[in-house]
Amino acid sequence: MQDRPRTLTGKIWDAHLVSAETDDKPAVLYVDLHLVHEVTSPQAFAELRERKLRVRRTDRTVATMDHSIPTRLAPNGRRALAVGAAGEQVAALEKNCKDFGVPLYAVGDERQGIVHVIGPELGLTQPGSTIVCGDSHTSTHGAFGALAFGIGTSEVGHVLATQSLLQRRPKTFAVEFSGRLAPGVTAKDLILGLIARIGTAGATGHALEYRGSAIRALSMDERMTVCNMSIEAGARAGMVAPDETTYSYLADRPFAPKGAEWDAALARWKALPSDAGAAFDRELHLDAEEIQPMITWGTNPGMGIPVRGVVPDPRGDAGLEKALHYMGLEPGKPLLGRRIDVVFIGSCTNSRLTDLREAANVLRGRRVAAGVRALVVPGSQHVKRQAEAEGLDRVFREAGAEWREPGCSMCLGMNDDRLEPGQYAVSTSNRNFEGRQGPRSRTFLASPVTAAVAAVRGVIADARELLS
Amino acid sequence: MKPVSEIRARTIVLPIDNVDTDQIIPARFLVTTSRDGLGELLFADWRFDHEGKPRGDFVLNRPQAAGARVLVAGRNFGCGSSREHAVWALQGFGIDAVVSTAFADIFRANALKNGLLPVQVDDATVAELFAAPGASVVIDVRAGTLVAGERRASFPLEPFARYCVLNGLDELSFLLSREAEIAAFEASAGPVPWRTS
Repeated sequence: MQDRPRTLTGKIWDAHLVSAETDDKPAVLYVDLHLVHEVTSPQAFAELRERKLRVRRTDRTVATMDHSIPTRLAPNGRRALAVGAAGEQVAALEKNCKDFGVPLYAVGDERQGIVHVIGPELGLTQPGSTIVCGDSHTSTHGAFGALAFGIGTSEVGHVLATQSLLQRRPKTFAVEFSGRLAPGVTAKDLILGLIARIGTAGATGHALEYRGSAIRALSMDERMTVCNMSIEAGARAGMVAPDETTYSYLADRPFAPKGAEWDAALARWKALPSDAGAAFDRELHLDAEEIQPMITWGTNPGMGIPVRGVVPDPRGDAGLEKALHYMGLEPGKPLLGRRIDVVFIGSCTNSRLTDLREAANVLRGRRVAAGVRALVVPGSQHVKRQAEAEGLDRVFREAGAEWREPGCSMCLGMNDDRLEPGQYAVSTSNRNFEGRQGPRSRTFLASPVTAAVAAVRGVIADARELLS
Repeated sequence: MKPVSEIRARTIVLPIDNVDTDQIIPARFLVTTSRDGLGELLFADWRFDHEGKPRGDFVLNRPQAAGARVLVAGRNFGCGSSREHAVWALQGFGIDAVVSTAFADIFRANALKNGLLPVQVDDATVAELFAAPGASVVIDVRAGTLVAGERRASFPLEPFARYCVLNGLDELSFLLSREAEIAAFEASAGPVPWRTS
């Protein structure tokens, strides 16, 4: 068994088996790191209380607040507090973490932020590990060569109580991007391009492994953007094998191993990449050079086109017709030049320092167009501090954009950051579902660069024109 | 979780592909610490207009929907967010099974953990059910079959999931029974040390 070439997924899977799967029973898979937030955990903690169970490994569990908290400041200059039901949910997380001994990076803590931003930046996310969270975008952590996937609240309870999950081994799907991304084309365009090609169920049941020279050339922030949206192709996980880019990102992070432990970890991590000749259940080869800046026109992330493309003709497809109707678009027409109301730069997909720098490069010395509201929401307190140290907050403010406190914000509008009914947004988030950014909201997903250019122009535009 | 061996009920049909969990239960309703009360918010933005009045043209608001316990929907049902609230909302409304040609992975896992049956059948069966809204169906969990009139289709169900659904057992009890193995795994070379504070 050990002699057969294995995939990255296979190696991590094998190393975490408490017991292997059989025809009758799924595997018991050990979880290295469990990330917890306020929205998908209260019912799980309630279950533990009801059954008189403890959190088995508080040293492998960490909680933060991100989904439902306000990102604006109150009149007193401090961060606004969650009120009503959201306030109760936040209070429940505080009580649950206190009662069960789970470390909590609450609002006010310098480590607070979007769960998928803080795990990596604190060095909690490490290659070769199994990471779960009650959130579908847990796939983000796969950028470090971890097997990371979203779970439901019942499974949150399972992990809290037993540090384990019942799982079937995922099938493997290698996607190789050869060549390099063209100038002005970003990691967001790469992943939107892939989802447009394989569809929102294109990788169901599979762990994606992104490979090839174009992936190797990406920074960790960019790899996280790619892995983050794996779930939008239906994948159970999305991964990139660790390399020097990964190791140099992790070195000296607060929770990364130190000294002799670092050396030992590095030796383990270097054995993780898929072996030559390892067999994947599916493979796809794409030329990165051919990827164009992408934007979505419809109501799922697979409905993407090159920003210079035209809205497709549904040709009787009821789903496409429904999406066109919801979006108020006509087939055969370009999106370029289309007026927009709001630009949202943020979310676990695109709220890291690299993303903010790219947006700031566009907005520096320019103004957000009249009638457009632009919201920039850093992914974490750490990102916010770094951005402010570089003066990015001033760039955004001077351009007329709002600079907010960290959280999920307008990605899903669980707080008061929402579009008005009928409004159009260019958003750097991950989902353009009907009503995702507020009732009757209409979302065009795109990269931070494309979003920032839309903010300046007030219409959808090709960033390469403005930047060339 | 209550044991389920057979579901005999009428259908509601929703012939839409890629029904995501944001439609099943919009995010703004996730600010809750309970599993209860979500049935009233199932498909809220399709079911109610912006003044909160029921939309007469939406299938759940039609008189025939009352008492129907099987939802038939397009492919890739439950895609998107991992929110288990989607399952709780369906069950809260009174749905016991969802029939589709394909389910998103996390939704499928969440459904089975609550005894909501994901019934994955072939295109022809779903097309026939779409054409006959309100049809009476019989879903046999042990046999893994769905019967509607003359049509009989089989659906896949993991042996372990089938056992749990048939006996009303939850996975947590099973995992807790493996404590000794989990502890042994931790004590062995097993997992790498971690610390989160």
